[in-house]
Amino acid sequence: MKYLPLSPKDKREMLDFIGVPQLDDLFESIPRDLRFTSSLEIPSARSEMEIHQFFGDLADQNHRYRSRFLGGGAYYHFIPVVVDSLSQRQEFLTSYTPYQPEISQGTLQYLFEFQTMFCSLTGLEVSNASMYDGASATAEAVLMALRLQKNRKRILFSAAIHPFYLEVTKTYCSNLDLTLEVVPAQDNATDMAALEKALGPDVAAVVVGYPNFFGKVEPLADISKLAKQHGSLLVTTTQEALSLALLPSPGSFDVDMAVGEAQSFGVPVQFGGPYLGFFTCRDEHKRQMPGRICGMTKDRNDKRCFVLTLNAREQHIRRAKATSNICSNQGLCALRATIYLSCMGKHGLRELAEQNHAKSEYLKAGLRKIQSLTVDDGPHFNEFVVRFNKPVAPLLADLRQKGILAGLDLSRLVPGRTHEVLLAVTELNSKEQIDQLVQAVERLV
Amino acid sequence: MYPTDYLYTKEHEWLKVTGSEALVGITDHAQDQLGDIVFVELPEVGKTFSAGDEFGTVESVKAVAEVFMPIDAEILETNANLEDEPELVNKDPHNAGWMVKIAISNPDQLKGMMDHAAYAVFVEEESK
Amino acid sequence: MSEFREFLIFERSREGKVGCPLPACDVPKPELSQSLGAAGARPALDPFPEVSEVEVIRHFTRLSQWNFGVDQGMYPLGSCTMKHNPRINEAMAALPGFCQTHPLAPDEAVQGCLTVLNTLGTYLSEITGLPGCSLQPAAGAHGEFTGILVIKALLQSLGEDRKVVLVPDSAHGTNPATAALCGFQVKEVPSDAHGRVDLEALKSMVDGNTACMMITNPNTLGIFESNIKAIADLLHQHGAMLYMDGANMNALVGKARPGDMGVDVLHLNLHKTFSTPHGGGGPGAGPICVCDALIPFLPQPWVVSNAEGLMLSMDTPQSIGKVHGFYGQFGVLVRALTWILTLGKEGLVRHTEHAVLNNNYLRKKLEPHYHIPYPAATLHETVFNDKRQNAFGVTTMDIAKSLLDYGFHPPTVYFPLVVHGALMIEPTETESRGELDRFAKAMIEIAEMAEKDPERVHAAPHRTQIQRADETTAARFPVLRWSAT
Repeated sequence: MKYLPLSPKDKREMLDFIGVPQLDDLFESIPRDLRFTSSLEIPSARSEMEIHQFFGDLADQNHRYRSRFLGGGAYYHFIPVVVDSLSQRQEFLTSYTPYQPEISQGTLQYLFEFQTMFCSLTGLEVSNASMYDGASATAEAVLMALRLQKNRKRILFSAAIHPFYLEVTKTYCSNLDLTLEVVPAQDNATDMAALEKALGPDVAAVVVGYPNFFGKVEPLADISKLAKQHGSLLVTTTQEALSLALLPSPGSFDVDMAVGEAQSFGVPVQFGGPYLGFFTCRDEHKRQMPGRICGMTKDRNDKRCFVLTLNAREQHIRRAKATSNICSNQGLCALRATIYLSCMGKHGLRELAEQNHAKSEYLKAGLRKIQSLTVDDGPHFNEFVVRFNKPVAPLLADLRQKGILAGLDLSRLVPGRTHEVLLAVTELNSKEQIDQLVQAVERLV
Repeated sequence: MYPTDYLYTKEHEWLKVTGSEALVGITDHAQDQLGDIVFVELPEVGKTFSAGDEFGTVESVKAVAEVFMPIDAEILETNANLEDEPELVNKDPHNAGWMVKIAISNPDQLKGMMDHAAYAVFVEEESK
Repeated sequence: MSEFREFLIFERSREGKVGCPLPACDVPKPELSQSLGAAGARPALDPFPEVSEVEVIRHFTRLSQWNFGVDQGMYPLGSCTMKHNPRINEAMAALPGFCQTHPLAPDEAVQGCLTVLNTLGTYLSEITGLPGCSLQPAAGAHGEFTGILVIKALLQSLGEDRKVVLVPDSAHGTNPATAALCGFQVKEVPSDAHGRVDLEALKSMVDGNTACMMITNPNTLGIFESNIKAIADLLHQHGAMLYMDGANMNALVGKARPGDMGVDVLHLNLHKTFSTPHGGGGPGAGPICVCDALIPFLPQPWVVSNAEGLMLSMDTPQSIGKVHGFYGQFGVLVRALTWILTLGKEGLVRHTEHAVLNNNYLRKKLEPHYHIPYPAATLHETVFNDKRQNAFGVTTMDIAKSLLDYGFHPPTVYFPLVVHGALMIEPTETESRGELDRFAKAMIEIAEMAEKDPERVHAAPHRTQIQRADETTAARFPVLRWSAT
């Protein structure tokens, strides 16, 4: 057996040493009637060659498209080769949570760097070392807001946030003492009048997308002003983290918690996971934060080093009173993001964000020339909604035939919106691809 | 080692009564069990508590303990020094490490508490 | 471990350097003050690194050399199951056909991914003896959360509003934290003198207000809960359910199935039993398997098969909803399926047997030197403690840190809480006899040193890149990000 290093002789001698005649005797503590004595209905062992064949065939069954404009919370971005080669180093890959700082400085230091980069991106003071994904980070932010605002029980959640994030937040909140109210959207953004009406002294937090699910950049300054007037916390959730390299930071609008999904930073779309939730907040709130946090300190020789800190918030110490039950982070994905952001750098990341935005604006301009459709008004970062005068499903199917994965039929996530497509444009979409998409749409509508 | 004029609880809090007011903290034994204290969370001034309510927490690196109000009380003052120097609870638990000053709502409740000698015996029994 | 100083990436940074130059933009750039509206664009990111690719490679390579991984040596972390992480798993997860598949692409375009989900779900059900499976939970704790919500949903559908979740005192901290997150009150069940759930105490605790009990089996002492069937029956008689934490499934795969023990829900940690890498803390995956009655409540969406193939269905009106943004940690699921297929049905059983053999061999070697507080038979892991070494003033922490100097990762320490100064050792099946012998020798030498030269043990580690860190200052005055000043 490939992964079992004991020889038959080892096995015999070890059993002798233990003092039992056969291996099965070691399972005596399991009552006989609870033992499984038949054979599992699972195929027999496969060689590495056969494994390649099996998974190669499966991977080939997934369609590949030469041109892709699909986003909706998962984005196709370029990933430099070094992200893969460095993150696959066994010392990162096969190590455990850095509970023993003496032999985990590698993990701890990159987590500290990760936290610093996300503070720069969101303009907030404290970042944790990552969460499962953007959806669960959003749900955890809602729970944290309730811990911070003990006497307030209402959460106002914008309908213009990713529907899956809302679904997950609903699940997280389903059994707790709070009311999760959805503030309607108007023209693909949070309805400000409805928000103002819903606000009151019992609102713990307002949660909005930035940019939101429809790619729109919400007017954070106005939202922030409203929320603060009512003593409510403001939470932003960002599904396309690259936007934070171009848009004014949530922190600059006095946002209390900025969370979201950072899959865009060096993590492939890989059918929805693993991804990279990020979570940042104000310094004064750090002790209510969920998840792991890495801090800088010194060792006994006064050498700079890093440790996991503020542990008393966590489940292994506070048990039923922990800030969250979370016990892991997305370590390797956080590493990928840290390497990715180091490669891109301060100006490179900004340039990349500008290119995404420019290409998206270029596609908008192209589509606006077509009479039978309406392009949503911005501002957008790299994603926007287009409304057609008929259901879009057949159109999208035709485009797929041409090798173009042309955006999301909104009705798949937002019931009823059958005539609309959510299109995402990134640096991977060349001018030629964009022109071809516009031409193809023009011919088909 | 436990001040003779204080009162004590089984949850290892102490009370120093002065008229209708009292200071509350945790005992030397409690701080010793917790180890290096890194953070003390205290309630807002003006809040009221019933006997047995949790009013704050004390965190060390690898442990956390709730602190309970021994009697019905209203918070008059909290020890602001603990914000920057939580280690005062380790260094001087019975004096500089005090946590809150309270107004005593029901003095009868003081009768049920232990004196220093009884508490010392209690700690010894508990550690067996 | 290398002896050199490695700066933070921000300290290596110098204005004007770049690690990954971009192509020129092939479309006109808009005027940002117009295209972005009133708020315009942000100021430059600061601090943010500016480094060349060479420096990126040096930086992260050097950082990696300060880490210790399973590929370097034995990692006997009890209950964490640090077994070998095969590279074929990585290669399969990295296939472009998987990596480049978008989660919102139409069903007909993702048949390969859906087949992975369907196949893995079927195999996990077979292994656990529980017919329903959801692959959505992102980690063990997330699986617990999902499992408890599923139980709650079933009870609510029956019109029952039960408030209490029972958790043994030896449980992982995630168990009570999860129950609290789901809105339950947690009651702790004591262990008996043998380290198992105290059945008599349990009998007096279960009533019509009990929603479920969360049990780990084998428990965190490595001891099989031999009363599990009786526990399940007791709970079921009172209309309550039995949740099993599958953290220790490495002791059972192919030898006993939770479904046959009366367990109603179980989560698996794919990063433990099924060999996916821990990655310095994640990503893991925590699928749950459930009994028939709970299937309608599993998270959405759900893979079903019809005439055209497989599809993602939302048609489960009683579902608890979604727990993950998409469908779970897909890349991790591919790795776990690779493991199962590589081992096959016979290999899965052999692995379990070797995990138990390795533990019992090591236990026998260490028994003369370290105290075992609960001497009952153990399966895949054994909990020792520092009772004998305490006599010389040496603690579990000292022993753990000393092991670092021998090139081993320490065991899980100070857990479970029912053991004072616990040292929880799980060798896993992928260690050779030679490695087990070397580890035992190190442990025995440390025990001897504790007697002869306790000061040296206190001062350990001596050979690591840093020595004991000041965690107190880190928590009192947290420095959580870098700044230039």
